[in-house]
Amino acid sequence: MAQKIVIDPVTRIEGHAKISIHLDDAGNVAEARFHVTEFRGFERFCEGRPFWEMAGITARVCGICPVSHLLASAKAGDRILAINIPPAAEKLRRLMNLGQIVQSHALSFFHLSAPDLLLGMDSSPATRNVFGLIAAEPAFARSGIRLRQFGQEIIELLGGAKIHPAWSVPGGVRSSLTEPARQRIRQWLPEARATAIDALSRFKKLLRNHKAETQIFGNFPTLFMGLVGPDGTWEHYDGNLRFVDSGGNIIADQVAPSRYREFIGEAVEPWTYLKSPYYRPLGYPEGIYRVGPLARLNVCTSLGTPLADLELSHFRELGNGAVTSSFYYHYARLIEILTALERIEMFMDDPELSSDRLRADAGINSLEGVGVSEAPRGTLFHHYQVDANGLIQKVNLIIATGQNNLAMNRTVAQIARHYVHGPKIQEGMLNRIEAGIRAFDPCLSCSTHAAGQWPLQVQLLGPDGSLLDEAVRA
Amino acid sequence: MDRLKIATLWLGGCSGCHMSFLDLDEWLIDLAGKVELVYSPIMDIKVYPEQVDVALVEGAVANEENLELIHRVRRRTRILVAFGDCAVTGNVTALRNSVSNVEGVLHRAYLEAADLQAQVPSEPGIVPALLERVVPVHEAVPVDYFLPGCPPPAARIRSLLEQVLAGTPPALAGQDLKFG
Ligand code: SF4
Repeated sequence: MAQKIVIDPVTRIEGHAKISIHLDDAGNVAEARFHVTEFRGFERFCEGRPFWEMAGITARVCGICPVSHLLASAKAGDRILAINIPPAAEKLRRLMNLGQIVQSHALSFFHLSAPDLLLGMDSSPATRNVFGLIAAEPAFARSGIRLRQFGQEIIELLGGAKIHPAWSVPGGVRSSLTEPARQRIRQWLPEARATAIDALSRFKKLLRNHKAETQIFGNFPTLFMGLVGPDGTWEHYDGNLRFVDSGGNIIADQVAPSRYREFIGEAVEPWTYLKSPYYRPLGYPEGIYRVGPLARLNVCTSLGTPLADLELSHFRELGNGAVTSSFYYHYARLIEILTALERIEMFMDDPELSSDRLRADAGINSLEGVGVSEAPRGTLFHHYQVDANGLIQKVNLIIATGQNNLAMNRTVAQIARHYVHGPKIQEGMLNRIEAGIRAFDPCLSCSTHAAGQWPLQVQLLGPDGSLLDEAVRA
Repeated sequence: MDRLKIATLWLGGCSGCHMSFLDLDEWLIDLAGKVELVYSPIMDIKVYPEQVDVALVEGAVANEENLELIHRVRRRTRILVAFGDCAVTGNVTALRNSVSNVEGVLHRAYLEAADLQAQVPSEPGIVPALLERVVPVHEAVPVDYFLPGCPPPAARIRSLLEQVLAGTPPALAGQDLKFG
């Protein structure tokens, strides 16, 4: 008879995510479920509101990557107006998105994952966090804090606020880059770049001690999806969708984002508020695919900037076609920080960023619009239908983290398989499962709401529901 | 003197208020020397501890888990701060109150917008039930101080924390009382 391990917060109120692990008759792990327990209902309460408001409202889906929602929403609005935005506006939107990639990836690496990687996955939970990192590695922690700050300041210099700037709107943007802002970014760039390069070299050294993690932290074949430019270059703001398989073979290319429904289906499971998107031609759940930094590096032909492309060539040696271990999300994230910094630097010489032609005016010219952007965690879709007055009739949001849902479940199962044999929970499993999930940098605010507090209590249940074993981490 | 025990938590919000807390940037390093962070989504402690001095609560009370947690937090905390507009007024999280009942909201997301296995997630003991109405924190438990903003800018958070650290009851004025 099959058994089930439930990983559950002590009183079920401490966190927004839970995990359960199902065993087969032989006591081996059959499957794992990553449960997301929050829901806020944006798709419903946006109905009836003017589409002009959508950028401001949907940014509040997520305070970690509000710029992604701001951009995807404004782009869906551009489609409804049926206009091309001024070239300066596109460049400025790109610059803000690059700032966001830097800040969000820095948060994921320095504030959230470096404590696992540098202090150790089995170090005390009381200090395995950014404050513990400040105590143990002050210079490294400070450099990471400042790198995130750099990204946040770019957002603020353009939009007037670090979080939820009211700046990108259907038709363009509200303001351009001022001369003092340009100076400030220019002056900060060398430090930011040094931090990124240092983090990359530290991470590569760490890899030697993390052989086991690279093997079991979500290492399996899946498809990968991301935006690419016309020649296959890495994209973060525009472009078309590309899917590759685990051998690195392109299986669908230059798919216009407006056709996403032909390629992406969404399934619902009774045990989570997070939907499970899948690649429609392969069905569910065979159509498992991953998005985000690892996927973007796997789908792109090149990164398009010299230092990052050099690093990409090292990265590619880790795979056979595509790089399939989710542990390398960390590596991919650092490489993306580097290319973002290189691109920001190139923008600093572009006079057009000071242009005052920033916004195209139009009325409702199309009753439907799909806007897409590469959020730090992966491809983000906003799909709106409006009436003749521009009031929202329907909204569908496909969020990056949701698209990794199937892969996160499989990652938990893979790690558990390593640590569960028969009705006993092995030492170290909880921390490894958390770290494995953290490699994806899941942003559950985006999907439904935020979840940052992870499971505490693992219960291994017998066929009759009796408790076989239990592990609690306080 | 023992260092002040500080907690941060999030209920129904977008984590933007927490990101603004991280926007304290290098002042976080000073703060680390003055307080002890005992519970927060950015750390791994899972159980809300006893005898917390200050808790910053982001987000509105939106489901049964939020409600249970905020009652426990109130019992164990000396100074409870409604942190950001969602906590203070309900804000965006409470928008769902005005449009539909819970069923309608879930229906739209999981039945109409799904392609496969359309159903409302409801596994007992796993996904918590939504409250019929989203409420701001002070409708659930008494709140000591309100820190408005969506999110409150880092400077405003710092100003409140500095006053608490100095042992004076925090008073916000002028610009610092702005919503949005
Ligand atoms: S107040 Fe604003 S920033 Fe804070 S959680 Fe609510 S929506 Fe997010």
